[in-house]
Amino acid sequence: MTTVAVVRFPGSLDHDSAARAVEGLGATAVEAWHADDALPAGTDAVLIPGGFSYGDHLRCGAIASRSHIMGAIARHAAEGGRVLGICNGFQVLCEAGLLPGALRRNATLSFVCRQMNLEVADAGTPWTGGRPEGALLSVPVKNNEGAWYGDPATARPVLRYAGGNPLGSVEAIAGIANTEGNVMGLMPHPEEACDPLLGSTDGEAIIGGLLR
Amino acid sequence: MTQVVVTVMPRAGVLDPQGQAVRGALTQLGFADVGEVRIGKRIELDIPGADPEGTAREMCEKLLANALIEDYRVERA
Repeated sequence: MTTVAVVRFPGSLDHDSAARAVEGLGATAVEAWHADDALPAGTDAVLIPGGFSYGDHLRCGAIASRSHIMGAIARHAAEGGRVLGICNGFQVLCEAGLLPGALRRNATLSFVCRQMNLEVADAGTPWTGGRPEGALLSVPVKNNEGAWYGDPATARPVLRYAGGNPLGSVEAIAGIANTEGNVMGLMPHPEEACDPLLGSTDGEAIIGGLLR
Repeated sequence: MTQVVVTVMPRAGVLDPQGQAVRGALTQLGFADVGEVRIGKRIELDIPGADPEGTAREMCEKLLANALIEDYRVERA
């Protein structure tokens, strides 16, 4: 059975729903504490959930990206281990340099909270559950600093917003992976799209990348 | 201790939606000829040692600014 470490910083919010999504797919979720220097024994993959780590002070994800646990996560990623950052977790991965680019204030200056369709832009990573390029995944978005800025050629755009780009991301990018494909970050919340009660189970294709 | 002031600004060419929103409000208040408006942050630091500016620059590189989207300036208060 896959063991997924769900990282918890001061100000993390979505760790419980992330753990529930992971366990719904048959994996075991364990907590990784920000102040620890090592991941929990037996960790196979790492999930950095959403929230407002360290109150979003200075820049979203900046202070969390310098915390103790990030050294262990960088080593895990360098060894080819899977890492998924969702929303604030994506911001942390960019600030830590594990993914290229940065997340900026939404172009509209508004908090965007709505269900959106994401289009698979690269079917060759573990993070789209084998869906072909052009397939649509219905996943909610809820953020204020979700505009990805960077050079898409330095990464693998995996998901783009379909039917508009309300956040103002470069090339409507919703989620990117590193060139190796083992580290992935996205602003939308797949952990909130893993239960029919929530209107979509398309998030399982993304969360499932932690397991395969 | 020496007080050092770090100014962090969005890099030229990077969209600054806060600055644009404030510019729009100023225009509505009658400041129709206002040019570009850009919003950044000012960080005041008390730093010990012989090279406080150098220490502040190292702090900027490691944490205070994100070189991809921000420029910084260091000066003594």
